[in-house]
Amino acid sequence: MKRFEYARAGSPSDAVRRFRPGTMYLGGGTNLVDLMRLGVAEPDLLVDVSRLPLDVIEPVGDRLRVGAAVRNTDLAADPLVRTHYPMLARAVLAGASGQVRNMATVAGNLLQRTRCAYFQDVSRPCNKRRPGSGCPAIEGDHGNLAVLGASGACVATHPSDMAVALAALDAEVHVTGPGGDRIIPMPGLHRLPGEEPERDTVLEPGDLITAVELPASPPGASAYRKVRERASFAFALVSIAASLDVGSDGVVSDCRIALGSVAHVPWRAERAERLLIGGPATGAAFLEAAEAELDQARPLPRNAYKLPLARNLIVATLEELAP
Amino acid sequence: MDITLKVNGTPHAVDVDPRMSLLDLLRERLGLIGAKKGCDHGQCGACTVLIDGRRANACLALAVAVDGSEVTTVEGLAEGDDLHPLQAAFIEHDAFQCGYCTPGQLCSAVAMLGEPGPSAVTGDLALDPELTPEEIRERMSGNLCRCGAYVNIVKAIAEAAL
Repeated sequence: MKRFEYARAGSPSDAVRRFRPGTMYLGGGTNLVDLMRLGVAEPDLLVDVSRLPLDVIEPVGDRLRVGAAVRNTDLAADPLVRTHYPMLARAVLAGASGQVRNMATVAGNLLQRTRCAYFQDVSRPCNKRRPGSGCPAIEGDHGNLAVLGASGACVATHPSDMAVALAALDAEVHVTGPGGDRIIPMPGLHRLPGEEPERDTVLEPGDLITAVELPASPPGASAYRKVRERASFAFALVSIAASLDVGSDGVVSDCRIALGSVAHVPWRAERAERLLIGGPATGAAFLEAAEAELDQARPLPRNAYKLPLARNLIVATLEELAP
Repeated sequence: MDITLKVNGTPHAVDVDPRMSLLDLLRERLGLIGAKKGCDHGQCGACTVLIDGRRANACLALAVAVDGSEVTTVEGLAEGDDLHPLQAAFIEHDAFQCGYCTPGQLCSAVAMLGEPGPSAVTGDLALDPELTPEEIRERMSGNLCRCGAYVNIVKAIAEAAL
């Protein structure tokens, strides 16, 4: 591991003040410490923000404010989250292990890096890790990489479960930084790779996430489902966070669908949502919407299996949610 | 950097390189070799210890970042010659073969029994579920056993949970 300096921030503004090029903020460390050990992340200065008083979950009117340093375990166990945002509790519980959830923070979960094997192997080229070096995944091992929104420079996926639920819930990410405070609506925090795959998010250097705010939960029933290669402690092949509200006339009045592990971002299925809202809540309509959404997909030879998987997952989840 | 830690009740003041993990501190500097280095990537759970009462992967925690914490390792579970009930249950149920993962399994299980709330396999999120074998398997999924002693590990934990 490369040498670095370590400092503990006394406040969010103190953390931002300490930021200089080569600085990284340290939350739970479950991804960053691993990446440092692999030589993928090489900060000169680690500013530890894990002990800032940002570990509170509190209602704000009909909204819920979740501090950036809240541990994943505490988020999933919170009575308000379990009652009003079950999709979020389910997503968090579907990720990682008990040990990792005890350490990992909300902001760190959002800002974790892709698990693409080439990104994590410094002996191989990777446009995300070393811009311009190439993407061996496109010809190589891309079995669990992106089918939607990828570019010729990068086919990485964002690995978070929690972020998929936050994208479906229209969560807002509160940020402070050298340029002041701002609010970024999900799913807009993450960006598609385009020609700059080294940038996972729209955050600017020195920006620090301080909280995630959840608007009132969407009407109707909701679910988080995750398909993976083993029953626990594995990243998704495809996951879905969905909610569905159907009127007494059988017409869909509200619908949210976000997909995980299919793109560089938690993928909000806006095309499918638009088709469904105002239409019948039937299996045929769900299938048509899923196929319309996945029409945009550009699979590679070894990840094309994700298309029928995602289609079936969308249909099965909506059928489960329909009255 | 100078840090202080209480490990199994004993205070320690040590000067550490910022790169040092809690696991390396325990094993290389404090002579506590119970916590094991399996994968060193947070994927196997052999290094599991309790930090301020919560289970964590000691390989992923920088020693400087846990300054001031109370750490419990497998060496701290027994009271003198009296084994922790989970240790006794592991022996009773033959819940190991080579034993390499056992310190992590024990620390993980001790903390897990005190963790409230639902898991990924809990049906009703509103309830704190009963600790069925299915719940134990899900909650212990961060601890791998390459000998495959899982069946007896689950039995031992289920007995100790009663």
